[in-house]
Amino acid sequence: MFKSAVYSEPFLNELHSKPIEKPTPHKSIPSTLIRKKPLDLPNLDETQIIRHFHHLSQMNFGVDTGIYPLGSCTMKYNPRINEVISNWDKFSCIHPYQDESTVQGTLQMMYELEQMLKEITGMYAFSLQPAAGAHGEFLGMILTKQYHTSKNESDRINVIVPDTAHGTNPASASMAGYNVIELPSTKDGAVDVDVLEKTINDKTACFMLTNPNTLGIFESDIDEIARIVHDAGSLLYYDGANMNAIMGKARPGDMGFDIVHLNLHKTFATPHGGGGPGSGPVGVGKKLEQFLPIPRVIKKKENYHLSNDFKESIGKIKQFYGNVSVLLKAYCYITLMGGNGLKEASEVAVLNANYMKEKILQKGSYELPFRSLRKHEFVLSCESLLKKKGIRAMDIAKHLLDNGVHPPTVYFPLIVKEALMIEPTETESKYDLDCYIETLCKIADEDTEKIKDSPYNTPVRRVNEVDATKKPVLTWNQI
Amino acid sequence: MKFIPNSPLKKQMLKEISLSSIDELFLDIPKSIQINHLDLPDGKSQMETEKHLRILANKNKDCNELLLFTGGGIKPHYIPAVVKSITSRSEFFTAYTPYQSEASQGFLKAMFEYQSMIASITGMDIANCSLYDGATAIGEAALMATRITKKKTFLIPSNLSSEKKSVLMNYGQGADLTIKEFTYDKKTGCINIKNLEKIIDEQCSAVYLEIPNVFGILEKNIDTIETLVHNNNSLLIIGIDPLALGVIQSPGDLGADIVIGEGRNLGNPMDFGGSSLGLFACKSKYIRQMPGRLIGLTHDADENEAFCMTLQTREQHIRRGRATSNICTNEGLCSLAAVSYLSLLGANGLQKLSEENFEKGQYLKEQIIKIDGFSEVFNGIHFNEFVIQSEKNVKEINKKLLKSNIQGGFLLESWFPSLKNTFLFGVTENHTKEDINRFIKVIKGVSNV
Repeated sequence: MFKSAVYSEPFLNELHSKPIEKPTPHKSIPSTLIRKKPLDLPNLDETQIIRHFHHLSQMNFGVDTGIYPLGSCTMKYNPRINEVISNWDKFSCIHPYQDESTVQGTLQMMYELEQMLKEITGMYAFSLQPAAGAHGEFLGMILTKQYHTSKNESDRINVIVPDTAHGTNPASASMAGYNVIELPSTKDGAVDVDVLEKTINDKTACFMLTNPNTLGIFESDIDEIARIVHDAGSLLYYDGANMNAIMGKARPGDMGFDIVHLNLHKTFATPHGGGGPGSGPVGVGKKLEQFLPIPRVIKKKENYHLSNDFKESIGKIKQFYGNVSVLLKAYCYITLMGGNGLKEASEVAVLNANYMKEKILQKGSYELPFRSLRKHEFVLSCESLLKKKGIRAMDIAKHLLDNGVHPPTVYFPLIVKEALMIEPTETESKYDLDCYIETLCKIADEDTEKIKDSPYNTPVRRVNEVDATKKPVLTWNQI
Repeated sequence: MKFIPNSPLKKQMLKEISLSSIDELFLDIPKSIQINHLDLPDGKSQMETEKHLRILANKNKDCNELLLFTGGGIKPHYIPAVVKSITSRSEFFTAYTPYQSEASQGFLKAMFEYQSMIASITGMDIANCSLYDGATAIGEAALMATRITKKKTFLIPSNLSSEKKSVLMNYGQGADLTIKEFTYDKKTGCINIKNLEKIIDEQCSAVYLEIPNVFGILEKNIDTIETLVHNNNSLLIIGIDPLALGVIQSPGDLGADIVIGEGRNLGNPMDFGGSSLGLFACKSKYIRQMPGRLIGLTHDADENEAFCMTLQTREQHIRRGRATSNICTNEGLCSLAAVSYLSLLGANGLQKLSEENFEKGQYLKEQIIKIDGFSEVFNGIHFNEFVIQSEKNVKEINKKLLKSNIQGGFLLESWFPSLKNTFLFGVTENHTKEDINRFIKVIKGVSNV
């Protein structure tokens, strides 16, 4: 039995506040700028604040609360040792412009992390600068532009993405100024090689692909895909959101990908933080190396340096050097796991997904469109439940919450109707997988009304998201 | 194996789904690209890992060992223990983007409060719940200004840091933005209004300026600039250091249409430059052109107060190629640190903190310019960073300071070649009077040699 804590928690500005004092800024501040009226923030005591946020935390679900099989998000356990180490003053209290001799430890960590990521992905060089996966994609698109411009082929204005692509792929391509062309998948849920061959031409800058794709299906024609893409003079981009499926089993570099981004907050166990900070390092093949952002960490004899000495670099994509605290946690994780540990992580992530998939299908309530063998995630459809009982994917998601587990990603990828996209990760136990399977299948047999009215055991009942958009209220002052 | 509870159960689980080996799960990967192992060291135990990282850590000098007076928009600030205590609640930090509102009410409400506080201190109607950092926020603001005005020339001060400029160029190229620069007054360090007047034209989507600017200077002609920009039907975008807002008016009161800034200073450590926190606030009439996640107040099926992500049709997971931005993962936990920090400071605390930073900035500068061979480059009023011209070689001085475990000023020449032999110094509430006096004593010593 699960029941979330519920508090009628007031807003911070409804708590008892000490009187606000008049500001007394220095008279030399220019008269047009000087603060005349006080700031409008409550003056609270530490006790009030701690209790407020403690209450809020108890009305929130994280990986530590329970299984969180959100497809494409790789919600694995976040090892606590990584949190402890990244909080050491020696790492967290250093300034980005300190003399290089005083930050050798962090520079060494960054340099070695690059080497690790190169080995894991088979790429030639890495930039650690992007702050998230989508940021890495955007950098990938800027690199693509620079590459084609350097070859006097800036008339390559199109980027192709499969219809199963993450939303960030087309968004990143379009933000970099590209036209986006969407490629329909085959009935197997994979890239249609014939259609790709017909679509790609001398106007194509890049083909963005995730492998395994968002259905959890490995694109087995990857050799052929890479050949077609390169023959057309285009680049091949790897969205690494699904890297947790193949560590130690296959590498994007070996598959022919030219640019790769990784999500350290997914594959490498750094916390998602309620939506960040993340980190989205970008790896490239040799022909793109000279365009990577500056500065880059280089090693000379036994010393590490930040070098800006790359004339063809695209410059910067973020201030300073990336989300270094996240890089450090990923470095710790890889150190803990080692090569064999990462390989086993991927093997068990895939085993857990296929185990769940088979067990759920055996019970017959949900369908699995497309090919059977999946990697680290799989996408069920509950279309027949919709037809039979009027139950939608969202209803199932909400009732899962009543059972103290987090729902899968719903309604994605778009080519699956009433999609439930499940990614258990390797850090879940068989016991938790079995409970989830049982819960999910039991929901299919429940009374429709009960499910449609769920959730019941969460801090609030079903949230009306439509009303939120009608007249948006985004701050206290707008209430 | 660590963090893989099913490690000993593999055989059993395989059998239950009628498979005999792990390899069968990977049959769809062509043999030609399969690999057997990664050429990485074996995994270390937690104790070994900690020892290994301790060795790396000891090659760093943190700001407790190294007295830092380096400017550049990032400085050591004191972070009250409360902040870490709140962000260490694992219901918060192990959660993801709050797609399932009912299970995320805590984080959603905290982000709503973050938006409220950022809107309040910036004097804007609304704020989003974060972008990556202050630099990418300029890029996003430039793109937003073009979406609003349909104009493509974005004006920036010529003394914008070259790092930010570079990020902006990369953000702007996809939308074919033209970035033009207006100069600064060589005496005051403020904006050269005549030059801005000359450059601004009907193609100008927005004018971006910073308070304090890269030299630490507080712009004195903001009202003239505001009139000039708005009479031209362009937007005014102001970049801020939130810790200055206790002594200067909110940018909203100064006429800003969009306010951005680096929010790391609000309760987040320096972290060698990242994590970071991109602040983004604007007038509510521009809400549908905003980038990033927005948390809205609504109600549940029982008409009780509830929160959810809202206006998601702007975002990539719905709008795909036509989204206002590609951002997905943002800097959520840094926003949580910021709202915790602002709660603890309150209006009184932020005002006092601002005043202290301002006064320490004045004190440090006055002490430095008393030393022979150092002079102030700009006579405009500055906040907690300022530019000093040195007669002696700045690199040499920094080298000597380092021997006394002091990190001197940032060498501005690397951003602005014309500012030869200048330091950008910075100081905060974290520096005691004793710290400052020790610094003055040492720098006096090394520059007299």
